[in-house]
Amino acid sequence: MNTEQLWNLLDEVMDPEIPVLSLVDLGVVRDASFKNGIPVITITPTYSGCPAMKVMEEDIEAALQAVGFDEYEVNTVLSPAWTTDWITEKGRKALQDYGIAPPEQATSDKNALLGHPKEVTCPNCKSRKTKMLSQFGSTPCKALYQCNDCQEPFDYFKCI
Amino acid sequence: MEHKQALYNYLLRLGDNAAILGHRLSEWCGHGPELEEDIAIINTALDLLGHARSIYTYAGQVDGNGKTEDDVAYLRLEREYRNALICELPNGHYGDTIARQILFDQFNLLVYEQLVHSKDETVAAIAAKAVKEIRYHLRRSTEWTLRLGDGTTESHDRIQQSFNDVWMFTGDLFVQDESDRSVIAAGVGPDLDIIFPIWKEKVKAVLDEATLTMPTDGWMQSGSKQGRHTEHFGYILSELQYMQRAYPGCEW
Repeated sequence: MNTEQLWNLLDEVMDPEIPVLSLVDLGVVRDASFKNGIPVITITPTYSGCPAMKVMEEDIEAALQAVGFDEYEVNTVLSPAWTTDWITEKGRKALQDYGIAPPEQATSDKNALLGHPKEVTCPNCKSRKTKMLSQFGSTPCKALYQCNDCQEPFDYFKCI
Repeated sequence: MEHKQALYNYLLRLGDNAAILGHRLSEWCGHGPELEEDIAIINTALDLLGHARSIYTYAGQVDGNGKTEDDVAYLRLEREYRNALICELPNGHYGDTIARQILFDQFNLLVYEQLVHSKDETVAAIAAKAVKEIRYHLRRSTEWTLRLGDGTTESHDRIQQSFNDVWMFTGDLFVQDESDRSVIAAGVGPDLDIIFPIWKEKVKAVLDEATLTMPTDGWMQSGSKQGRHTEHFGYILSELQYMQRAYPGCEW
């Protein structure tokens, strides 16, 4: 197996909470390479208290074992701090299709310049007339929003 | 004092603040005043427990005797916990919880904004993650202080009483000892004497906007850096350490 194939393998390990998002899409996998023939994977936690990190580590190990590696290293680094900016375009689309509004990028929203709250797009009807119900949602990474047009509540992946 | 010992004590303070306050906040789980607040408060607790885990893990490494994060978190005697007294106070009603929270969040943010620049790489890395989360905590506790203070007559009076009651525990947040001075000299942590007036100014600004009166400084409770806790702490430990005391050496 080469490094590219290793990354492809990791792209099939999904976030345990959001199964449409791979750990590569999430930006959790910081490095994947071979050292003396042994795969060495470096991951970084999303939120400090994210309870899914242990599961992600175990899922990576299971994926490596499934293709025949019985020696591997999975290391966790804290720095540089994970940011939602690292979520790939593919990941953002997957979130949207799944019904979770992806983190709004500050540069594309002129409201950020004016100091107004970000406009979040409803993943259901695509309206931009949405309101925040709570800064905190079902997991540390999400906030709770509601669409003023279709009235559906939805999760928003918070920028951090 | 050897730097390793000073750093270990300093990490215990940071970790214990997060762990004990996180523990208190988790007591609201299922009992919040409304669903969104229940979720918000336990999310805050989870963030704090995450900070504690990273800090305790590093403390175990600094200690150098093979302690895991769980060993550090659970296997200490009551005088060996160094959290600020304000963190162990009972939740009371929601106004009491919010008053305690905003006073701590403002302090915590100012400290972590400096820890990001720590000469200790691990501390800086932990802080870089935590500081972003603490900003969300402070935003929420500020909003609720404003809502309750500049709310109804009843909410105003009740949260004013909350601030009056908790004020005597604020001095303890800023007490520094030999470990702190050693850590400051090493460029690992900030000087709380410098942070104190900034904290006070920011707290006053929020209280003013909330139409609340900042209590006058009177006698201050102290002793947390010597492990001298309030009576409440015994109850916390009896829950926190139950498994470890009933089943020594237990493992998952």
